[in-house]
Amino acid sequence: MPLPTRLPTTIPPPRLYPLGETAVVLEFGTGISEATNASIQAVAAYLLAHPFEGLQELVPAFTTLTVFYAPWQVGTVGGESPFEAVAAHLRNQLAQLPATRAEVATGPAVEIPVCYGGEFGPDLAAVARHCGLSEADVVARHAGADYQVYFIGFAPGFPYLGGLPAGLATPRRASPRAQVPAGAVGIAGAQTGIYSLPTPGGWQLIGRTPARLFRPEAADPSLLRAGQRLRFVPITAEQFHHWPAAR
Amino acid sequence: MSLHVLRPGLLTTIQDAGRPGYRQAGISVGGPLDARALRVANALVGNEPGAAALEITLLGPTLRFTADHLLALTGADLSAILDGQPLPLNRAVAVRAGTELAFGRPRAGCRAYLAVAGGMAVPAVLGSRATYLAAGIGGLAGRALQADDVLAVAEPSPAAVQLRRQLLGRSPGLAWVAAPWFPAPALTPRPEPTPVLRALRGPEYEQFTAASQQAFWKEEFQVTPASNRMGSRLEGPALLRSAQAPELLSAAVAFGTVQVPAGGQPIVLLADHQTTGGYPRLALVAAADWPRLAQVPPGGSLRFQEIGLPEAQQLYLAQEQQLRQLERAVALRRSM
Repeated sequence: MPLPTRLPTTIPPPRLYPLGETAVVLEFGTGISEATNASIQAVAAYLLAHPFEGLQELVPAFTTLTVFYAPWQVGTVGGESPFEAVAAHLRNQLAQLPATRAEVATGPAVEIPVCYGGEFGPDLAAVARHCGLSEADVVARHAGADYQVYFIGFAPGFPYLGGLPAGLATPRRASPRAQVPAGAVGIAGAQTGIYSLPTPGGWQLIGRTPARLFRPEAADPSLLRAGQRLRFVPITAEQFHHWPAAR
Repeated sequence: MSLHVLRPGLLTTIQDAGRPGYRQAGISVGGPLDARALRVANALVGNEPGAAALEITLLGPTLRFTADHLLALTGADLSAILDGQPLPLNRAVAVRAGTELAFGRPRAGCRAYLAVAGGMAVPAVLGSRATYLAAGIGGLAGRALQADDVLAVAEPSPAAVQLRRQLLGRSPGLAWVAAPWFPAPALTPRPEPTPVLRALRGPEYEQFTAASQQAFWKEEFQVTPASNRMGSRLEGPALLRSAQAPELLSAAVAFGTVQVPAGGQPIVLLADHQTTGGYPRLALVAAADWPRLAQVPPGGSLRFQEIGLPEAQQLYLAQEQQLRQLERAVALRRSM
């Protein structure tokens, strides 16, 4: 059942710090929450509607919105650096941000089919051990939860999801794998996600989906979007192998 | 107008200025690892700054030019041989149809850039011709060059055609002729054996132990063979966070970000880096030193030296200014 997302009436003033010469990070909190995510989406929408000279792109994450800019396009006064100019401008813009209250219909949950365990989820046993659960319990809890797509990052089309049941939290592997297959479903700390491409990665892998999350031929190359609801639906290995390729 | 690939080399890819604007879909900007060298190469042959060229890694390809072309080779010194003779770096060079370009032993650096007037003609994917190997898009079918590939070259600018004819017309007996002028040496430094890269403190710098912070600035790090276009994996003293440091939530990263997995061996992100990452960001290599970072080969070593943000931004702006001056100067030379 889709839940409404309620934007906070006031957006807390973010901590602001540089990420190198070409980006400023706005940090809205220290933990994953829907209120923080709503603040980030509201600020991102505002900045895109009121772009400053030199703004290149915005990268939302769980608690941060990172603002990339071209330092040579930023107007500076006196001896200030481009970072100081951008930081001053952003503080000014955030102070003027109108108090927002809106409800966003997020639509029905996107269903992602997953074959759990075995060759598809080589770390399922390790996650079960860490959590003090049976493998079947890990699967039941993972597939029983309602998730939110907070943002796309790490790799093309890779969704960062909120909503992992607390009892399934498991630290990352001490050493990342050199190659994780596309579609692998994993857990890292309090996060769960889906690898959209074969990439190196340190997440604990519990299953795999046959769905294509990255579609470079499409105008919108990511299957999922920030703000969507998502559920995992267990499937068998046979269903996995016969899943329709193009979706 | 094309190049025939006789041998592909270790890792030769088509790269342009990259694919900005898709970070929100998790797609990194990509493009050349040494963006300065790509721009110098394009400027020398009268291309737009972001025209598609070849990025050549350590062991270069063998290529045959099927028509007269104007080319420039920049970046690493990989012992380029054109028609049996050493090819000078950082020059506009007119070459006759049928001539072969080959490479020998890497002498300095890791990545060379071959621009051909007109640029490589491949379809743009999501607005760019850059090869993004991890996603299998861009360039030539999203992959590195293979033997027997034929690389189409787009129409060169009239000025490039004129320069090519002038150079070849002067020396009818030669397979190739280099223009006598070259860019300011500051834009084409020879890659050093153990560069000291300037770096900024990263957002999680304070979470590392004092001993690890000191080791990062003092010790030498080796680039391991597990490195690729996504990042240079380093080997050196283990860099550890203090015991009470929290598990981190993924956040944005950038080219040059030094992130440190729990094992303590850092990874310095390069052009095809992830858009976000969950490892602590100990430092960021200064943007003006990204080209020097990209030129350290596997097995090579590097060190870090702290720099402040205002100075780092000034250096980056100064480098951008120098590149624009070169682009203007070449355009002016052509128009005379």
